[in-house]
Amino acid sequence: MSKKVLIVGGGLAGTIIANGLCRHIGTDMRKGDVSITMLGTTDTHMYQPGLLYIPFGKIRERELFRPQRKVLDKRVIFHIDPATNIDVDNKKVTCQSGTVHDYDYLVIATGSRLNTASIPGLEEGAHWLYDLEGARKMRDALDKFDGGQIVVNVNAPHKCPVAPLEITFMLKEYLEGKGLWDKTEITYTYPIGRLHALEPVAEWAKPAMDEAGIKYETFFNTREVDPAAKTILSEEGVTLDYDLLVTIPPHSGADVITDSGLGDGGWVPTHKTKLLREGSTDVFVCGDTTNIPISKAGSTAHFEADTIIDNLASLLTEGRWARDYDGKVFCFVETGMKTGTYVWFNYKTPPNPGAPSQMIHWFKLAYNRLYWLSARGLL
Amino acid sequence: MSERKVIDARGSFCPGPLMELIAALKLMNVGDEVEILSTDQGTANDVPEWAAKVGHETLESGERDDHWFVVVRKAK
Repeated sequence: MSKKVLIVGGGLAGTIIANGLCRHIGTDMRKGDVSITMLGTTDTHMYQPGLLYIPFGKIRERELFRPQRKVLDKRVIFHIDPATNIDVDNKKVTCQSGTVHDYDYLVIATGSRLNTASIPGLEEGAHWLYDLEGARKMRDALDKFDGGQIVVNVNAPHKCPVAPLEITFMLKEYLEGKGLWDKTEITYTYPIGRLHALEPVAEWAKPAMDEAGIKYETFFNTREVDPAAKTILSEEGVTLDYDLLVTIPPHSGADVITDSGLGDGGWVPTHKTKLLREGSTDVFVCGDTTNIPISKAGSTAHFEADTIIDNLASLLTEGRWARDYDGKVFCFVETGMKTGTYVWFNYKTPPNPGAPSQMIHWFKLAYNRLYWLSARGLL
Repeated sequence: MSERKVIDARGSFCPGPLMELIAALKLMNVGDEVEILSTDQGTANDVPEWAAKVGHETLESGERDDHWFVVVRKAK
């Protein structure tokens, strides 16, 4: 009987797995031995890291989007029908339309969402670039900005952990270019006692901010924003004034995860090397959706997806486990408008970022185009 | 009834133990406890320091086998 692989979520993680599986088990699919079905929420695939460039006018919006059907291998059965319930005991997923899908193997890749409503005043008082609407509003706000206090405010948990630093340094160069830097002061706030979660990145960022004249406030977890008074208050008791508030909002997982009782906050308890849901042998979890204490980032999803592809293909065709995930993460870091660096690490190897260079910035720009090969499972 | 949650952040370089703790506490109720496990020695100092700043209670901390642990109770 045909084996059914069901993928819930059409973001980067789910898409890489679907396309990669088609390459690995195309013969079995052609014989009708295996089918791959994806349940998505939209007909459009967005390159999320490209949002970073929108407020600064460095990328055109249409470059961020492709039709999901064209990104997916033709052999993948694709439904735009959001999952509303995932029943792992009875191996069934119910969709918004009422359709129920059963499966032999399930991949949960429902991702993360902005949770701006969790902080009073944040939606009214702050700008962000983590979604298209927010990035457009931030672009408009920057167009009108003529100097003053900017607060770049980072909240936990958030995806793309290097983006807050990228935004901060790019803001500075953008304002220099507009001749506004002399009239501007940026204060960067971070939830823990240093400027970035990764200690070597924090050690690089501190002197870089000092040299750039960027102020910072550590141990700052946002309690509330007062849009009328233009102030932001931390749980630690610090209040900052702002003229322009740029926030990296806290994130949460998808409602279907909490609604199905699969994990608090929308994060599914997941084995850190097997990438199986805790307690399951037929439910894989990939990308931001896991509760693994690891960066919520596209590269994490990518390396996890590669592991899941190998294991699913091996289980389906040979009945055996292939390999474990080693915790690999790789992130480019834009250190300004013309320089960049990168950082990689895994569960055993600590990060060690190199000196920023223009060459690495160009690699990042190249990857902005190559992303579509990653999503197709070719890179 | 209060609960105790264990976060195994051993080997986690990013976002790291304290960031995991902060995120976890947002989802918990006052009175709930979190035990964070870490291979980063700094956790034994960073977590109690942050908890004191915010007003949460550090119940215990120390070294156990190959890692450090800190137990925090959400106080507000």
